[in-house]
Amino acid sequence: MSLWLVLAVNSITLGGLLFLLSSGFSLIFGLMKIPNLTHGSFFMLGAYLATSLIAYGLDFWTSAVLGGLGVALFGGIVERFILRRLAGAELAQVLVTLGLSFMVADVCLMVWTGDPIRIATPAALRGAASFAGLGFPKYRLAISLIAVVFAAGLWALLDRTQLGAMIRAGVDDAAMARVVGIRVSRLFTIVFCLGAWLAGFAGVIGGPILSVYPGLDGEMLPLALVVVILGGSGSLLGSLVGSFVVGFLYNFGQAMFPELAYVVLFLPMLIVLVLRPQGLFGRPAV
Amino acid sequence: MTRLPLALGFVVLATLPLWMPGTYYVNIASQILFYAIFALGVNVLAGYAGLVSLGHAGLFGIAAYAGGKAITAGYGHSVVAVIALAATLVTAAVFAVLALRGTGLGFVMITVALGQIVWGVAYRWISITNGDNGITITGRPMPFGLSLASPRSFYWATLVVFLAALASMTVFVASPFGASVQGTRDQPRRMNALGYHVWMIRFLAFLFSGFWSGVAGLLYLYYNQFVSPQVVALTASAEALLMVISGGTATLLGPIVGAALVVVMKNVASAYIERWNFVLGAIFVVIVVFMPDGLVPGTVRLARWARSSLLGG
Repeated sequence: MSLWLVLAVNSITLGGLLFLLSSGFSLIFGLMKIPNLTHGSFFMLGAYLATSLIAYGLDFWTSAVLGGLGVALFGGIVERFILRRLAGAELAQVLVTLGLSFMVADVCLMVWTGDPIRIATPAALRGAASFAGLGFPKYRLAISLIAVVFAAGLWALLDRTQLGAMIRAGVDDAAMARVVGIRVSRLFTIVFCLGAWLAGFAGVIGGPILSVYPGLDGEMLPLALVVVILGGSGSLLGSLVGSFVVGFLYNFGQAMFPELAYVVLFLPMLIVLVLRPQGLFGRPAV
Repeated sequence: MTRLPLALGFVVLATLPLWMPGTYYVNIASQILFYAIFALGVNVLAGYAGLVSLGHAGLFGIAAYAGGKAITAGYGHSVVAVIALAATLVTAAVFAVLALRGTGLGFVMITVALGQIVWGVAYRWISITNGDNGITITGRPMPFGLSLASPRSFYWATLVVFLAALASMTVFVASPFGASVQGTRDQPRRMNALGYHVWMIRFLAFLFSGFWSGVAGLLYLYYNQFVSPQVVALTASAEALLMVISGGTATLLGPIVGAALVVVMKNVASAYIERWNFVLGAIFVVIVVFMPDGLVPGTVRLARWARSSLLGG
């Protein structure tokens, strides 16, 4: 298999992970108007929780779901008891999420030590599947498939259900949504928990590829930021496209300009910011 | 009425190395001073212009790295200072053009991203920055033939720069420019309608802020004789912001008190517990949730309340 094909498969995998991470980030940003700077920590915390669950004897997928749930619970507590106290003070909310991210990082360092932990690939997905004479690693294909399924599921949730319609109304105009009787603050909690779960789950299924180590949060958060700035906040399609763009940029950038991978990654974001500040699929602020 | 405490404060600061026991404390005082310069710089944006930057460690670090590269290339110290500050100003201008595409939270997000680019370059572009190993320099400058090698003399030199920074801030706040910066914070639309060039005012405020961040970065380099990617990490930007917020934004004294608080906390915390990041995060959360206007205004408010209730007013 040629180098380019390997890079492309890796890019799609990373894109899938990033979609899980950034769709929640984007929804939270769209609805609550805050960039949730603990989102990288959610990713890392989910992965760490799963390593403990797996060590306890649970299987990979159960651990992934439960790890995500643990993170969702934590996210719910943060939203309900801290962010809500600061309702309306967006800047204070952002600073609190930043402070929390430092606390989570330090607690993770204390509990799971500084050594990288690798999550084993589930047995059924080890090895490679071959198509047209080329071998593709099964697990990476599975991640791409999961991302596609979640993209479809989230789209259905947002576009086809009453809850989705309420969330969209909240994103568009929270004050007006309140007037027509939607409990926007409850939507905040739901969306925050959902976003946290997605991030935690993504951290676990990313584990076999990325492993878990201190600083993983700080590596994922800027990627999610770039995705949302590129794609536009509150837009599912934006985070889908943005995720894959970032996935490709990151992998190809690292292969071709290893020393400047970060610049290659951020340059398109800066160009988008200058030409289209609301992002590729975002709507201009009113 | 405020003159006496100011004069007292000045005397205490100027004579500090004479009565402070041990060089350890003199060194901490030097750290407080250059971090206070940094915090004053951040405060121009976060406090007076209402633009919260989480990328200022990038500017601080650019000055330190540019200075480090210039010193290893063999330039004299005055040339080094010019190169470092010029590099900072150019970077600040680029940051400003990009970050000012957004205001409020957009500005915060863009500055986070910009700061991370600087971090990525410092960490990954090993042929230039030496990656995680950082850049080590030897020697401090000798202005007017005075050696700054000892902790005491370095403290006094830092104090002189600090007083210059403080003086420039005092002038800035009282100046028409300072007033217009605060105008763009409070009423950007009205300022625009009144014929002020809001973007240009913010841009210049960014440069002013970047300049003092760069000066602080250069002092940091000379103090530590070393710079590594840790200096430009998001944590460093957050620490600077914490100094400003904990002390009280848009006050002259606040960032100085905040810098002292953070530096002392950091040294005390690291002496007794390993968990500085946890403490930093916790202070952040507690201050933002319970004392949103910062320690200095918060204490002033408390004192006023105590006085009025004591006097029965």
